Amino acid sequence: MSKTHVQTTINGEPTEFLCEPRQSLLEVLRETLGFTGTKEGCNDGNCGACSIAVDGVLVDSCLMLAVEADGKEIGTVEGLASPDSLHPVQQKFLEHAALQCGICTPGFLVASKALLDHNPNPSEHEVRHWLAGNLCRCTGYDKIVRAVLDAAEEVRQSA
Amino acid sequence: MPVAWIPSLMQKLTAGQQQVEVEGATVREVVAALDARYPGFKERVLDGDRIKTEIAVAVDGEVVAAGLRAKVGPESEVHFLPAISGGAS
Amino acid sequence: MPANNGYKVIGTRPIRHDGVDKVTGRAIYGADTQLAGLLYGQVLRSPHAHARIKSIDTSKAAALPGVKAVLTGTDLPDAGDQMVDLGEGPARLKYLRDNVLATDKALYSGHPVAAVAATSVHIAEEALDLIEVEYEELEAVLDVREAMQEGAPQLHDDMTTQEFGEDTGRKSNLATHFEHRLGDADKAFAEADVVVEREFQTATVHQGYIEPHNATASWNADGQLTVWTSTQGSFTARAQVGAVLDMPISRIKVVPQEIGGGFGGKIPVYLEPVAALLSKASGQPVKMIMTRPAVFESTGPTPGSYVKIKMGADKSGKIVAADAYIAFESGAYPGGLVGAAAMCVFSCYDIPDGRIDCYDVVVNKPRSFAYRAPGSTQVAFATEHVVDLLAAELGMEPLEIRLKNTATTGTRRIDGVVYPKMGCKEVLEAIRDSEHYQSPAPAGPNGGRGISVGYWFNVGLKSSCTASVNADGTVSLVEGSTDIGGTRTSVAMQFAETLGLRAEDVKPQVADTDSIGHTDVTGGSRVTYATGWAAYKAALDVRDQLCERAAQLWEVEVSQVEFDDGVFRSGDNELTFKGLAGRLEETGGPVIGRATVDPDSGVGGSFAANIADVEVDPETGKVDVLRFTVIQDAGRAIHPAYVEGQMQGGSVQGIGWALNEEYFYSGDGHLDNSSFLDYRIPTSLDLPMIETIIVEVPNPGHPYGVRGVGEANIAPPPAAIAAAIEDAVGVRPRELPMKPDRIVAALQAHEERAAQATGG
Repeated sequence: MSKTHVQTTINGEPTEFLCEPRQSLLEVLRETLGFTGTKEGCNDGNCGACSIAVDGVLVDSCLMLAVEADGKEIGTVEGLASPDSLHPVQQKFLEHAALQCGICTPGFLVASKALLDHNPNPSEHEVRHWLAGNLCRCTGYDKIVRAVLDAAEEVRQSA
Repeated sequence: MPVAWIPSLMQKLTAGQQQVEVEGATVREVVAALDARYPGFKERVLDGDRIKTEIAVAVDGEVVAAGLRAKVGPESEVHFLPAISGGAS
Repeated sequence: MPANNGYKVIGTRPIRHDGVDKVTGRAIYGADTQLAGLLYGQVLRSPHAHARIKSIDTSKAAALPGVKAVLTGTDLPDAGDQMVDLGEGPARLKYLRDNVLATDKALYSGHPVAAVAATSVHIAEEALDLIEVEYEELEAVLDVREAMQEGAPQLHDDMTTQEFGEDTGRKSNLATHFEHRLGDADKAFAEADVVVEREFQTATVHQGYIEPHNATASWNADGQLTVWTSTQGSFTARAQVGAVLDMPISRIKVVPQEIGGGFGGKIPVYLEPVAALLSKASGQPVKMIMTRPAVFESTGPTPGSYVKIKMGADKSGKIVAADAYIAFESGAYPGGLVGAAAMCVFSCYDIPDGRIDCYDVVVNKPRSFAYRAPGSTQVAFATEHVVDLLAAELGMEPLEIRLKNTATTGTRRIDGVVYPKMGCKEVLEAIRDSEHYQSPAPAGPNGGRGISVGYWFNVGLKSSCTASVNADGTVSLVEGSTDIGGTRTSVAMQFAETLGLRAEDVKPQVADTDSIGHTDVTGGSRVTYATGWAAYKAALDVRDQLCERAAQLWEVEVSQVEFDDGVFRSGDNELTFKGLAGRLEETGGPVIGRATVDPDSGVGGSFAANIADVEVDPETGKVDVLRFTVIQDAGRAIHPAYVEGQMQGGSVQGIGWALNEEYFYSGDGHLDNSSFLDYRIPTSLDLPMIETIIVEVPNPGHPYGVRGVGEANIAPPPAAIAAAIEDAVGVRPRELPMKPDRIVAALQAHEERAAQATGG
């Protein structure tokens, strides 16, 4: 199958790749470009483990074709931290023990950052509603919700 | 003397006896003593010189890893249980 | 004594050692494995729940450009039909092999029948469509009681019922029947003042780990095989691969990658032997990732059940007799989990006389496997209901009857086990003393509260650790237990406590099967207990060696060297652990501590309890959990945050089992809800915060008093929620899940009965 040339930006870095039209962005991120932090849980848009930001909008990368990334700004879990510090949601997930096996964690972090970019002062219900598209089987969500609320407070204070 | 608990499905062999006092300092000796008193007992629980794979032996409430070599104390209880698979988080 | 029982590390909440890797996307899970020349494998699965495989033609698939290897069940080595020892229990080789790739029969919808490796996953998928399989469809049986009936479709032509070491010779889907008897149940029931009996059913459910099964295999020209996989036990994976491929374990290295949840479902191998043979056939490494529908259709599930419970009590509220009939589906192959259910069914109560009858039954569903306290949840749902009915008949509060009959140290269970020091009573007392229990139950006509208690016995098994002392005073700790929920840290903390180090001074890592001594599965709530014990022993080994080094330095006898709180002393001489670690070069070189354990006594079970507040919408039947508390005996909580995490996670899995989750089969045995859209696990929006109360009744069988906390917490939620539903709207379902249509139907039946009773 002939391949398509795609020009995109990933975590701020201009990136080019070739892909088949049938390949999902998740597959290309993981298998072609080596961004394995984005996880596959279901490949049908139901678990949120492959959450990424596309031009600032939260997207399940398994539901997006790689060719659609052309001209877009892609953000993955690998781009959350700065060289000298973790993003507040990453730091608070660690402090609150908000991960167990960790497979859903990248998706939750990307989704949580998108929430705080959009609403830095969410209520518990708003956090639960926003994260309802991300499944976690280990934690029961309690510590995740607490971590996001705590991260929001830090984001507000440093704003 | 150690007390062997006879599984209900094996009590035909022991004429309905549920608990039997037997001599023995190891599981092997306890099984041998039971077989001497109730012929056929050994055949039910052993496969050659090993405890059958579907059966577990517990001494004082804990399933023993050492099998027939496991030590049995003078006050011990010896249970024959169905082997359990699984148990995981 | 300091507030923390004198401990400096145990009971604190350090950031987990693998945390940064896991929040930055750098942790490598099984599916992240990359190798040069990697091929991608896919599996063709039976569309039929029960069928004879007459022929498989793979020629068209093999001819597709990009396809490098094609396999069917007959390509697996045939080492005969024997029992194989997998290190943690035996297995019948034919069943193990046929579940990896079917040969003569497909026994469930989703049963693997062929596999392909190709240069891309898409070409592999196209190739699957080109494989032609001729099936002779057979009638399927999906229900545990129907499967036991005479004349039911028989899954295995040669299967006969086994009764405790005796082959009955009766051909049946009933693989095993066994029973436990204590005292004289008939007499005790005859003398009881109140007797209650009820029947219960629970649906087949899945562990629901977010990470699909995966395996990457590289078969080298010298016959050495390396497998990278997400597994709960690298050594059991190696044993299973060796058995299925009829090769010695010395030729297999299993590299455990990070694992995205298991809950019991990632103990068996599915893809590993297939990837290995595809690699052998193609000469290239092969990666396989199971699709999500395949995960539901062919892995996991934990048994659906039929349970009948009878209990009797005297007027004082003392439970005097109990009787259980427990039938569990084991899926396509025998060896299910009903034995564990028998150990849990009356485990929370002190009952002098009783019997437990157990039935392990094959049905046309995937082979059942463990799911967090396997077997306990199904029977707790039943027993707790009957205990509440006894309480109601006697005019007692649910908590009162539980406290009056609580199992405790010295209680003999009906299966014969006598409890050592146990925390059931303390857990029940923690319900009583909790703010939640003492607060008013939810107001309004459709709100209610329920309580329940459950148990898991935990396991010991084998663990190994090695510890290398670094010159800067830190320690590299190598263990064999794959880390699913933060156990690197709970194990390292016990090592650190023993040597007076900080948690962050110990660097734990999980090693492959060539690099550490045998270590059994991460399961049975055993890692913090047993691998933690191995770390403790390895630390003592390090301490003893360092005492010898100090004696050399100070030119004294080793008996004159003391170690306390991280400092070595002899007379006026004193060196910290770090100070001495920096002087190993001049006293004989590196120090490595090592230990193995195989605890077969003192494992110490754990009890968990719930208080659940719900609101029921009588129009739709939807149940909302308003407030939920989980209480559990941790013995000693090493890292309380991760103990709470286990309690919360298990509770929510139990809530999902209670309200939503089930395998939904069409009449012909096809699984109709093999996606996370249709197999609905709880989301963040479905839940309140999960409140935790850690009870600590130290386990005398462990150096730090640890009781594994991974499992007991899933057992009580369905029963607590059922009790809360009854408190709310007066009906109590006896079938799981308690989904909206079932609640509505129960309410309608309840109204009709009420109308008839009033002559309306």
